[in-house]
Parts: sequence; structure tokens; C-alpha cells
Amino acid sequence: MDFGTLIQLLESTIRMSTPLLLACLAGLFSERAGIFDIGLEGKMLIAAFFSAAVAFSTGNVWLGLLAGIAASVVLSAIHGLASITFRGNQLISGVALNFLASGLTVLIAQSWYSQGGKTPTLTGDARLGEVTLPFADALRDVPFIGPIYADVISGHASLVYVAFLAVPLTWWVLFRTRFGLRLRAVGESPEAVDTAGISVVRLRFTAVIICGVLCGIAGAYMATGLQPFFGKEMTAGRGYIALAALIFAKWRPWYALMACLLFGFLQALAIRFQNFDIGPFTVPVQVMDALPYILTVIILAGFIGKAIPPRAGGEPYVKER
Amino acid sequence: MSDPSAIDPAIELKGISKAFGPVQANKDISIRVMPGTIHGIIGENGAGKSTLMSILYGFYKADSGEVWVNGQKKDITDSQAAISAGIGMVFQHFKLVQNFSVLENVILGAEDGAMLKPSLNKARGSLKHLAEEYELQVDPDALIENLSVGHQQRVEILKALYREADILILDEPTGVLTPAEADHLFRILEGLKREGKTIILITHKLREIMEITDTVSVMRRGEMTATVKTAETSPEELAELMVGRKVLLRVDKKPAQPKAPILEIENLRHTDSHGVERLKGISLQVRAGEVLGIAGVSGNGQSELLHVLGGMTTATGTVRVNGQEIDLTGKHSDGQSRRARGIAHVPEDRHHEGLILDYTAWENTVFGYHQAPEIQSGLFMDNAAIKTEAQAKMDRYDVRPPDPNLAAKNFSGGNQQKIVLAREIERDPDILLIGQPTRGVDIGAIEFIHKEIIRLRDAGKAILLVSVELDEILSLSDRIAVMFDGQIMGERLPDETNQTELGLLMAGVTDTGGKSAIAAVDAQLHAKEAREAAQHD
Repeated sequence: MDFGTLIQLLESTIRMSTPLLLACLAGLFSERAGIFDIGLEGKMLIAAFFSAAVAFSTGNVWLGLLAGIAASVVLSAIHGLASITFRGNQLISGVALNFLASGLTVLIAQSWYSQGGKTPTLTGDARLGEVTLPFADALRDVPFIGPIYADVISGHASLVYVAFLAVPLTWWVLFRTRFGLRLRAVGESPEAVDTAGISVVRLRFTAVIICGVLCGIAGAYMATGLQPFFGKEMTAGRGYIALAALIFAKWRPWYALMACLLFGFLQALAIRFQNFDIGPFTVPVQVMDALPYILTVIILAGFIGKAIPPRAGGEPYVKER
Repeated sequence: MSDPSAIDPAIELKGISKAFGPVQANKDISIRVMPGTIHGIIGENGAGKSTLMSILYGFYKADSGEVWVNGQKKDITDSQAAISAGIGMVFQHFKLVQNFSVLENVILGAEDGAMLKPSLNKARGSLKHLAEEYELQVDPDALIENLSVGHQQRVEILKALYREADILILDEPTGVLTPAEADHLFRILEGLKREGKTIILITHKLREIMEITDTVSVMRRGEMTATVKTAETSPEELAELMVGRKVLLRVDKKPAQPKAPILEIENLRHTDSHGVERLKGISLQVRAGEVLGIAGVSGNGQSELLHVLGGMTTATGTVRVNGQEIDLTGKHSDGQSRRARGIAHVPEDRHHEGLILDYTAWENTVFGYHQAPEIQSGLFMDNAAIKTEAQAKMDRYDVRPPDPNLAAKNFSGGNQQKIVLAREIERDPDILLIGQPTRGVDIGAIEFIHKEIIRLRDAGKAILLVSVELDEILSLSDRIAVMFDGQIMGERLPDETNQTELGLLMAGVTDTGGKSAIAAVDAQLHAKEAREAAQHD
């Protein structure tokens, strides 16, 4: 593998990691507050569709982003209503929302555009532009560092940088602010939060809404940045991979970055090397495509040591009698 | 105010009522607690003590009635309102975040701004000050999950003091403590009282009430039956007020008439799933017609001993029942095989091991014996016969309400324990293993359960009793073995020992001469905590 190929691979890794990272951080906020969210997938999907649709009809990608976030937050609010207010089962609510998103997006897309569940391809300002970081061109000729800066780090859509900056921000919010302390507490011991005179319901709703916003950004990036259109089931299980990455990361922001980069790298690898030759053998493309999912299974089977989820996760809070 | 020179009560409740569905938990309760006193509230389980205090702390809303704090009417709608009125509460089950540090737990909900750092620094200083003032030493950076129960309780008290509580409510604070830890807690409470704080102590232990309170209120079935000065009452009078009839506080028993050993244990060893050796060569004998009491601070191997003997886990060593060895591993080491050999087991953990809470009482009366031939009818169980028998058992053991179709979770602790006892005893075992027989059981039922244990002993059964309540061990046992760290520290006769000596053995001290007793216990407890903390890391 030559240096140029490596640069391409890394550049692609950054792009593929972005939606995973945003979804993973979204799940982190929700699960740290004690609300399991298997519906990351559905939220990304519905956000992808509405961002593409609104960007297409208005010609403005930022309006598309807002529409995507709004759609995702609506699903979050439904999940919150079901699992916080009505104390329903969080897994079932999440699964239901995934099915809702999957069916609704294709139905509306077909009814509006009649392109087999796709939206038309976005052009011009309806797409996320690339951001060239300062000095990218000037530094390009510096050996080794130059191409890494100019090609791997610079030149991505703005939402990519949002995703990567969200990591230190999430860490800071969780571990350095009052809100973060309370958020972590409510996922571990809601009764401690309640007896301290803090509203469990309000805190958990806040977390779920933050989760919706981040999933919305992830979905919008997929349909306006990564691809210039919405396609049927285009999230392709990324919501679930993000959940696996979250467990892999043991619910910590910096580990989440590492986990998502690893998954992103595998996805990039599968795209770059469709048929991979190892000596006399050829690894078929299907195996390459399956790599991230195989890793997911391995991780979930417990090859990562002990991952302790937030203690109150998945449990609706009921005041004991 | 009629008399301006009189001091206002720190807390005054007027006509508090609260119902949960059809259950009237509190009926028109009025109480006055004077500032700078320790006021006890005593009553059986389900008498409504905890409900009343939860109302005072804003955890529940009263249906009617008023709360007055320091002469002012307060509308306590939530815990925040209670905290700002200067009320702090230490719940029976601690409300702590296990993987947070002590400091983080203390500031949770009482932060000084959106950033944590200033709050943490302030709390660190404040904790140091409080620790010196009230003997509340605890490492501010330790994680809660690495602290002993006694230290966790100190964190709860610190939480309340950090919020500047003047009135501290403690709900059954000694239930989880060793005798030494309980003594330390009482010293802390005395110190708080000297500083003018008001303390409300909820308990069902008469000894604590007599030892530390100034006044005591008695509750029965949701009503306040009396408030008296502690100095002017007696345990017997309080017990009668609690239960509504005369109660025998001492166990009335004749000397044991032990016969041949039925249960012989030699060099029993057990290693748990984490690789920690929990039983380190236990040897014991229990004879027919005697009660062998196992004393010890919980977590020193008593539970594992019961689990091994009851067939819930495996071990190495030798155990003989009526002279015949039983299997400690393999197919014939399960609960069913044990029961076939005449070993009945009343587990320590009633809710998880003794009962299936969602199943009905009659179903619970046959678990473990459900393959007995007399209750089979072809392929199926003879449910009608089981129900009839369950009804008869419930009548005999005075289980209330006597309804076999009610789910086990709907009975009080004492009545649940009676259901388990009825199931295990009625099959006429030779050996009864019984763990924490009266944990969470009210005083009336305790009397019944104790009598039943002595009745079985007198009928020639061998009884192995495990309890963390020293009073219970001393009053029921014919011999006492003390466990510490998976070993038997020694055997004593109840007439020839006392709480202090047993307390020392429980802390692992065999040489009782020289050092002062309390200092030795404290040193051992600290050593044990340090070891446990090391194991966690």
C-alpha cells in the first residue's frame, strides 16, 4: 500500500466515522441518563430524509439540517413520552420508532418524488460544502505532514468538524459541569437525584432531546454531505453499530471517538478494497462489507472485558413505596 | 401563639393522613418534636413510620394535615422544600450514587453554580470541618462502592449537614451496622444533639430507643398511640404499645437436651466465582435437640455456609447427615437432594431465595417439595389439594391475611417469613438451616418465630441458626459459634459470654487481653475495610 492510498483511506475513515460518532455521542447522553435508546437508527434515518427533502425544496442545506434535527427530536420526544412519562419498555419503544422511521421515509419519498424511495440528487447550496482549513494549500508540499493536514484533516464538510469537536465538548459537559454530574447521577441512581430535590423527569427528557439533536445532525450529514441524496434505508445499521461502539467505549466520550474511528476505518477499508488479495486467496467483497458488523458481534460477545452500563439504565423510575 | 415565652417545636405535625389506595398508612397523626432533642419513633413494620417521615421530607404528599417547622407553617411539596426548611433525611436504603466519589455525592443537588470545580473545593473544606466536629471521618475522594456500609451512612449524614440541616431524620439507621459501627453512630448523634440539632430516629429496636432517645412516640397501624418521655417508660411498656398486647421480649425456653450429632461438618471449603475463598475450613457439629447459633458481621462466610449446606453451591470437605456423607458437588448436591436427606432451609434472603414474590402464597408453599408424591395427580399437580393444605398451614401459622390466592409480595415481612417457615417445617425435616429468621419482621411475629424455633428444638431437631442480631443469637442458641473471614473464631456458651466478647470475636480478635476492647474492634474493622477496598481495585 503506497502513501497516497493510505491518505485516501484515512480521509475516507474520517468521513465514515462522522455519522457513527454523532450517533454514538447521542446514545451516550441518553444512556448515561438511564434511557436506553435502540432507536438511534430510526432517528438518523428520519433526519436524513427530512434534511434532504427540505434542502432540495428550499435549496438551502442549513434549513435542511434544521428540518432533520426537528424530525429527529420529534422521535426523541415520543421515546421520552413512552419511556419516561409512561414508564414503558425502552427497547420496545426504540424498536417501534425504528420501524416507523423506516416505513415513513420510504412512503413519503415515494409519494413526493416517485423515485423508488429516493430523493432527487442535491446540488449547489443544497449540499454541504467542503471546508478548507487555513494554510491547507500552503502546507500541502511539506513532506508527510502536509498531505495529512491538507487531505485527511482539511477539506471535509463542516458537520465533520462539529462531530469531532463534540467529543471534548461532551467530555467537558459530563465531567466538569453541574448538568453533567446530575446527568450521570440520574443514570446510576435516580432515587439519589430525586431525594436531592432534582426532577428526574426533566433531567431525563433533557438528555433524550440532546440525543435527538445529535442524531439529527448525524442523519443530515449522511444525506447532504456523505451522499447528495436520501436513499431507502441509507443508514444501513449505523445506529446499531454506534450502539456497539458505545458499549466498546464503556460509555466514555474519548473512548467513543476511538471506537467510532475503528468502525469508520473498517467501512473505509471495505469501500477501498472491494476484493482483497492475501497471497493466493482473494477475500470477496461481501466479507469486506461485513467486517464492521463482524466486529460488532465480536465486541458484543464480550471480548472487550467488563463493560458496566449505567446501573439504572433501562429501568423506568418509580418512587418506591 | 398562646404563650410567647414557650419554645416552638422544631417539628410539629398536625393531623397528617395519607392513604395508598385502600391502605390508610397514616391516620390523623399529630406529633411535636422539641429542638435539641433526640426523638424516637417506634412501631412495627408497616405501622406507617417511614411514610410519615417521607411526607415530612416531601417524598410523598399528605392527603391532609399541616407541617410546622420552628413555629412556621411550611408547605413541603418536594424534597427541595424540605431541604430549604432545614430538614435532612438518612433513608434506610441509602440514596447514593455508587460510582461517584464522596464529594460528588455530597454536592449533588447542592452545587453552587454551573461549574463543578468551585463546588467541589468548597465541599472539601466543609467536609473536613464537619469530620472534625462530629467524628464523621470519611475519605472525600473514595468511591461509594468501595466504602463500608457504616461509612456510606456517614456520607448520608454529611450530605444532610452540608445542606445545613438542623433537623435530621434517620430511618432504621442501625439495621445494616455492626455493633461497633452502631456505637459510633450513636456517638455522632450525641454530638449533633450537643450542637443543638434535632434528631428523629425511626427504629423497631427497643434497645436503641431506651439507649439514646429523650422522648419516644409509638405508632401502630397508621396511628400514633402514645408519646412518652423515655426515662419514664420501659421496653415492656413500649412493646405493648407497639403490638397492642403483652409481648414476651425474652425467649422462654428450658435447657436443651441434646442427643447424638445429626449434622457433622469437617474442613468445609468454598471458593466463590471471583476466586475468593469464602469458607476456609469450617468444622462444626449440630446435635439433635439443640440450636447452634452462628454469629458474625454479615459477609464473613455465613451466607456461603448456608448456601453450601442448602445445596445452592458446591464445596469441598465432608458433611455427614445422620452419619452418612452427602455430596457437595455433582448431581446430588442440589436443594432437592438436600431436602430428601432431611435438610430444610429457610434462606437469609427471603425475597430472592425463599419466595417467588409474584406467585401466590399457595404456590409458594410447595416450592422445593413440588415433586412430593402426595400432591401429584397423574401428569399434573393436584392444585386443589395443595390449596387446601396451604390454607391449613396459613391458619396454623397465623399468616395474615389468611388468603392462599394472594401473591407473596402482598404479605408483610413477618407473614412472608411464616409462609417460608410453614413450607420448610411442615415436611418434618431432621435439620433446619435458618438464616436471619427475623430480618424485617415485626415484633409480634418475632415472638412467634422464636417460639417455633424452640418448639422444633424441643422436638429433637438440629437447628443451625445464622443471624447478625446478637440479641437473637444470645437468646435462642444453646451454643454459639462466631465466624470471621470464613473461619470459626471460637465457640462459646450463651451463659458464659456477653456482647462484648462476641463482638471482639466477630471482629477477628481472639486475644481479648491487653488492648482496650473498642480500639481493637475499630482496628480490625479498618483492616477489613482496607482489605475489601484492595479487592475492589
